[in-house]
Amino acid sequence: MTAAAFVFYVLALVTVMAAVMVIAARNPVHAVLFLILAFFNAAGLFLLAGAEFLAMALVVVYVGAVAVLFLFVVMMLDIHFVQLREGFLRYLPVGVLVGVVLLAELVLVFGASAFDAQPAPPPPAPAAPSNTEALGRLLYTDYFYLFQAAGVILLIAMIGAISLTLRHRPDAKRQDIAAQVHRRREETLEIRKVKPRTGI
Amino acid sequence: MDASPLPVPLSAYLTLAAVLFTIGVFGIFLNRKNVIVILMSIELLLLAVNLNLVAFSAVLGDLAGQVFALFVLTVAAAEAAIGLAIVVVYFRNRGSIEVEDISVMRG
Repeated sequence: MTAAAFVFYVLALVTVMAAVMVIAARNPVHAVLFLILAFFNAAGLFLLAGAEFLAMALVVVYVGAVAVLFLFVVMMLDIHFVQLREGFLRYLPVGVLVGVVLLAELVLVFGASAFDAQPAPPPPAPAAPSNTEALGRLLYTDYFYLFQAAGVILLIAMIGAISLTLRHRPDAKRQDIAAQVHRRREETLEIRKVKPRTGI
Repeated sequence: MDASPLPVPLSAYLTLAAVLFTIGVFGIFLNRKNVIVILMSIELLLLAVNLNLVAFSAVLGDLAGQVFALFVLTVAAAEAAIGLAIVVVYFRNRGSIEVEDISVMRG
């Protein structure tokens, strides 16, 4: 076993452990933290597979944005998480049944050595030295429209999330720009000549 | 660099992804009441799919798999944002996030 294979098995083991803790943790904050751990290890697995850009994107997007969003929501909502776990044992048998069947099917298909008997891969294009550059060349040429569509999806998600959660409180003081712009000097300023040593 | 782009056989990556996917599905069944954990389980499912895509992309020497994984990542981020926004709005209206309450079709 080479060193890289050893690293793979360690990362895989930690990923699976973290994933199990995500769904089994009693405290949802711990679940989010284990999710972050799982994503870090998955980024390592991506690196081992030669997908450097995706690994970094995974760390930035998931650990930096999505997991923090989860943390915010978990901490913001005042929920009795013990109540939410009441049906835990009731759903356990059917969950185990579905999980075992699904895992058996997937491992029987994927774990078969038929996939390992691939022919030697074609050599990568020599024009693109790094993974990021090759990915960029592909993304901005062949997949340009899909790339734009991904941007549109993100825009829609942003607008949707803002418009869903934005609410106007009547009791909060807000800046009214129209009122500010429409102020005139006569309404706000008054010029008086004040003699020295006398009050107004 | 050796002949294979992966340090381990491809089936190891695929088995790992299958285990992760199963854990995700299992998590959805196990936490039937907690929407936040269900959303996290969905993230695990998408991560497993991404692992498969990246592993096949490396073995086949075709970068299209990584491009597709990138799109999956994008959509997953959007889905998490929208899903959490819905959870927040729902919690504001009802004071709970139990999945069984969501079956009521009024606000």
